[in-house]
Amino acid sequence: MSNQALISVQGITKRFDRKPVLRGVDLAVAPGEIVTLLGANGAGKTTLMRIISGLSAPDRGEVQLGGASFATGGHELRRYIGLVSHTPLLYDNLSGEENLAFFARLYDLVEPQARIEWALHAVDLWPRRRDAVRTYSRGMTQRLAIARAILHNPPVLLLDEPDTGLDQAGADLLHGLLQQLDTAQRAVLFTTHNLSRARAWADRVALLVDGRIVQMASTVGMTDADLQKLYREAGRPA
Amino acid sequence: MSAYLSDGEPLPVMQTGGGPKRYLAKVWAITRKELQSEWRAKEVLGTMTVFAVLAIIIFGMAFDLRVPQPEMVAPGVLWVVTLFAGVMGLNRTFGAEADRGSLPALLLAPMDRSAIYFGKLLASLFFMLATEVIMLPILLVIFDVNLMRPWILAALILGTIGYVSVGSLFGALTASARARETMLPILLLPLMVPVFMAGVALTGGVLDGRSFSDFRHWLGILTAYDLIFVTIAFLVFDLIWQEG
Amino acid sequence: MSTQTLSASKTSVRGWEMLQTALNIATALAMAALMWAALLYARPALNLAGDEQLAQRIFYLHMGCNIGALVAFLMSVTGSIVYLLTRDMDWDRVTQASIETGIIIGLGTVTTGAIWAKPAWNTFWTWDPRLTASTITVLIYIAYLLFRNGIDNRRTQALFGSIYALFAFLSIPLTYYSARWFRSIHPVVFDGENMEGQGGFNIGATMTQTLWIAVVAFCLLFSALMIMRWRQLRHEDALEELREEFYS
Repeated sequence: MSNQALISVQGITKRFDRKPVLRGVDLAVAPGEIVTLLGANGAGKTTLMRIISGLSAPDRGEVQLGGASFATGGHELRRYIGLVSHTPLLYDNLSGEENLAFFARLYDLVEPQARIEWALHAVDLWPRRRDAVRTYSRGMTQRLAIARAILHNPPVLLLDEPDTGLDQAGADLLHGLLQQLDTAQRAVLFTTHNLSRARAWADRVALLVDGRIVQMASTVGMTDADLQKLYREAGRPA
Repeated sequence: MSAYLSDGEPLPVMQTGGGPKRYLAKVWAITRKELQSEWRAKEVLGTMTVFAVLAIIIFGMAFDLRVPQPEMVAPGVLWVVTLFAGVMGLNRTFGAEADRGSLPALLLAPMDRSAIYFGKLLASLFFMLATEVIMLPILLVIFDVNLMRPWILAALILGTIGYVSVGSLFGALTASARARETMLPILLLPLMVPVFMAGVALTGGVLDGRSFSDFRHWLGILTAYDLIFVTIAFLVFDLIWQEG
Repeated sequence: MSTQTLSASKTSVRGWEMLQTALNIATALAMAALMWAALLYARPALNLAGDEQLAQRIFYLHMGCNIGALVAFLMSVTGSIVYLLTRDMDWDRVTQASIETGIIIGLGTVTTGAIWAKPAWNTFWTWDPRLTASTITVLIYIAYLLFRNGIDNRRTQALFGSIYALFAFLSIPLTYYSARWFRSIHPVVFDGENMEGQGGFNIGATMTQTLWIAVVAFCLLFSALMIMRWRQLRHEDALEELREEFYS
């Protein structure tokens, strides 16, 4: 059991009213692995992320995190997830530090203060910790959202376009952070529209087209041009 | 829980599991977050109190020439304004989270989701009671009637608990619906009829100087209302997030 | 396989069709019987005179509507609880069909009550507790329909609708009792506790029989309308599903 995938997705289908969004997605991310999910807008990336994090229930199929499903693991399973989503999941009127302190309480952190300091330093927001999030720039808000996701040191990291709004320095910081967090006990799944980041940061890339994963490739020995070709061909209607 | 996850390295920063004490700590964390946020922005409480004062003054003017004794309508004014001002606050409890897209952050937290309900309920209760504290002296000035009497205050507290316990749940139901702002009062107000009637009758009874045994049953209705609806809301709250 | 399901669904359609026809005929007969009993068979109320004596005959319709609405709302809360437990869409359709039927029959209660109130109480509308409670109840259920309408996702509609229907039903007794304590001039026919209520009357044997006919007739009316509406909702959902499949 312990050598199996940390994130395991089997036969997920989901439709919203008339429109099918996911049509049978299978995906496995092993511990110590970083996988990028690539796909056009509307391909179903965000829906898949929401389903893996348990925010949305699939119509069919099952999600397992470390061998446990939401049906059996209950709310304790949510401890193992760190999510960065399109919305920052932060409170504008509270300061960066207050936001993290709030989530530290919800996640029962043992030494909240030390952990909050670590997270604020990790995303380079320590000097602005007392300012309301309302006054942050887009990039700073995004960095705080990342700090929120890694605050409780979750073994499953789901990053939905974590690089949006980040400048080059912010992206480099995120890359460094990912490398630092890439331990043998953690699985990372992230989405991006930047192909060269997708290749450089991840161990594998998965291409999601029209609700199905049509390509799964290792990034070892892959060039940006290879990935671009792959991406273009996958998007072409059969 | 899988053996892998509980043995892994990433976890030591958290305590897992959690008894009632942790649950209450999380309820309080959410209430505290709401109050902190409100203290900075003064969005909800500001709107509610200004609306309440305005409404009392408008009622005062409306009844000025036609009603011989102001205390005849004061109980009705008190409860009508409380209900209408409350809708504004209840619309914001989950509405604000839905607008900012921050609701998933609460839903992802490792706790029974009813903690969100109780956290929001306590915050709304605080906002409403604060509004009522401001309303009572204004009513004293405009309607020349002192409503600050023990049994009226008890009815206000019991009635407000019932109101926010149903209102917080409905606020969650309507948060993502179309036309949220108008839908909440339509759903909520007809269910508030028992609270409203009990409140008005009890307030009137106290003002008329009746004895406790004459209006005791109204406190009973309010208590029954609170118990029934808090229990049902607690039971169904987790279901709300299962679709979507 | 598809022909099999098709023929199976055809038999079930025929089964429902026969039940529906039988129910419709029974309802029509029961309603005719009720009209006869209420207008001709039942003896006039002895302690009333003139317009009031004549108006008293609407009481059978009024009581029938009342029972019919009660059954409808009981059915709706049953549907919502079973839906919340099983997530079977058929039960959500039971809730919706019952509520829609209940609103119509409930409006019947309020209307017949108002017509009777004019000669008896000399006004169409008063804050009589039962009148208040039934009007509020109808409003609550109209809010239910509006609320459903404002939700796009079919399953969310069913879930949120069921939760609201549960709250709505639980509030009815509280509304009723608070309205009753608040103010009362309504004659309580079966309690004997409020005989001085204006327009009250003693109930005799023919009256009791007529009342039973009314209860049966309105229960049949509710069943016929509810099942018809339920089948219609079922077809609507099936059509929607076919459309989804076609477009995907």
